[in-house]
Amino acid sequence: MTGAGGEAGRGGGRRGAGRRLGAALLLNAALVLAAAVTLVPLLWMVSVSLMPTGEANVFPPAFLPSRVTFAHYRELFTRLDLSRYLLNSTLIAAAVTALSLLFNAMAGYAFAKLRFRGRERLFGLLLAALVIPTQVAMLPLFLLMRWLGLVNTYGGVVVPAMASIFGIFLMRQFALSLPDELLDAARIDGASELRIFRSVVLPLCRPVLLTLAIFTFLATWNDFTWPLVVLTDGRMYTLPIGLANLSGEHYQDTELMMAGAVLTIAPVLLLFIALQRYYIEGILLGSVKE
Amino acid sequence: MIGTVATIGRAGGTAGGARAPRRGPSAEARAAAWLLAPALLVIGVCFLLPVGAALLLSLTDFDIYAVADLRNLRFIGLGNYRRLLADPVFWQALRNTVYFAFAGGPLSVLASLAAALLLDSRLARCKALFRTVFFAPVVTTLVAVAVVWRYLYHPHFGLLNRVLGWIGLPAIDWLGDQRWAMPAIILLAVWKNFGYNMIVFLAGLQNIPVTLYEAARIDGAGWWRQLRHVTLPMLAPTFLFVGVITMIGYFQLFTEPYVLTRGEGGPLGSTLSVVLLMYKQGFRFWNMGYAAALAFVLFLAILAVTALQLLWRRRGGGR
Repeated sequence: MTGAGGEAGRGGGRRGAGRRLGAALLLNAALVLAAAVTLVPLLWMVSVSLMPTGEANVFPPAFLPSRVTFAHYRELFTRLDLSRYLLNSTLIAAAVTALSLLFNAMAGYAFAKLRFRGRERLFGLLLAALVIPTQVAMLPLFLLMRWLGLVNTYGGVVVPAMASIFGIFLMRQFALSLPDELLDAARIDGASELRIFRSVVLPLCRPVLLTLAIFTFLATWNDFTWPLVVLTDGRMYTLPIGLANLSGEHYQDTELMMAGAVLTIAPVLLLFIALQRYYIEGILLGSVKE
Repeated sequence: MIGTVATIGRAGGTAGGARAPRRGPSAEARAAAWLLAPALLVIGVCFLLPVGAALLLSLTDFDIYAVADLRNLRFIGLGNYRRLLADPVFWQALRNTVYFAFAGGPLSVLASLAAALLLDSRLARCKALFRTVFFAPVVTTLVAVAVVWRYLYHPHFGLLNRVLGWIGLPAIDWLGDQRWAMPAIILLAVWKNFGYNMIVFLAGLQNIPVTLYEAARIDGAGWWRQLRHVTLPMLAPTFLFVGVITMIGYFQLFTEPYVLTRGEGGPLGSTLSVVLLMYKQGFRFWNMGYAAALAFVLFLAILAVTALQLLWRRRGGGR
């Protein structure tokens, strides 16, 4: 649609067509090269995870396994605690997604559509708080979690993540576009405000709810710093913490580590591929410029 | 890493207009209070309150003895900040973080822009497929890909040194050489993150009116001049947004050095970032007062860099 390479097509005549073909070849070659560079680390990860022990640490390095083995995956599940990490990650990500979706939707709708005093100022304050890096809150939050007895529990990870300013912002952006007439019609029919939220607002917000759900699930699954701080016992580790810990202990077991990396990445990557339209919409909703 | 900050100074749109007459604003306000309560409670107790507490914490000598018994806590004013400014390790961490942000940030943005320009061209084929491929690293787990890249950087068996060998360059001890450890982390970060801003740039490119390009072509502008005089100026707001969120994210560097250097920030502290130092001081040595002061210095640094970018843009700089 725009500039890059586009003007080559305007030449007209045989010379123009030749130049256009050349430009198209060059451009698509660049795309293929960039895609290859992007994919090689991930493809090599899969390939090495299937190699027999020791094959990754030879010179020159092999690109494909001499014979395919699933021994490392088996080891992760039987001898090591990976199934436990997988369970922890799944439970935590699911709980955070469900709870924060509900709370952010409630707050986002209230900020968008319900009139109350100080609404704009309160919302502005929340947005201003976005510039504070989360690390600033981490030390006192840890002491608070310790005091509440939530260190080394699912609650320690889930409770602080039950609402997010970004999530509220995203919900509000979407809820602003809901027609007031519809809400007023429901009010005239005698529906309570909570009923309106449940039966009118939530169904209409389905696309943005799905967007926020996949955003939250992926972010929680991939999160590292806070779970590292608050989950201190191996039984409670999420996959990233468990993997970081394993990679310190089994530094030389390259094939085993690659299998662990595959198992950590595969669920979120597949989820993204299945729902990428909603994910990418979320980025664009989150970056409104007017 | 990227993707938390959403907007820059956008006044709230007003809902409203004529409303159903039957219910006063008080019913709506009551409903709003109930709907807002859970989220505001969580954010207040788990974020805003701790931020305030961190400020107080940074003015105390909170350490392992205070963890055991709060009576050992003493107020020491700006003592932590004074100690910090005299600590060469802090300056090293700040230097490393600034290096990462000011080299890695622009490189990431440039890679994103290049990918977006390629994908936006009319000549590109299979756009949806390429877009998905370029975006894939963004959704992967940083810890897992850091483990993979640690292997790619292996001095003997890693792919990167093999590629260097093919083109006749000597092998590099990527993570063992203080000169190369930070570039290695930057390379990983660019690979991991460029897909995110690419999506934002693509949206920006699609908002540029086609008529501008037509006018430029009539004036005889080629590809390069169209890029310089149409595309880049029209992308200015996108650049500001992308620049601000990228720099904020990059100043919070932590996971990459944590995994690549097994929690140490080595070799010889060459990849020790401010957040990694904060983590070590706060959660390994329990010097929480000192660590809280570090967190606030990080906050100030982020504020300064954000303000600089906003000022720069307001003055119409950048080109």
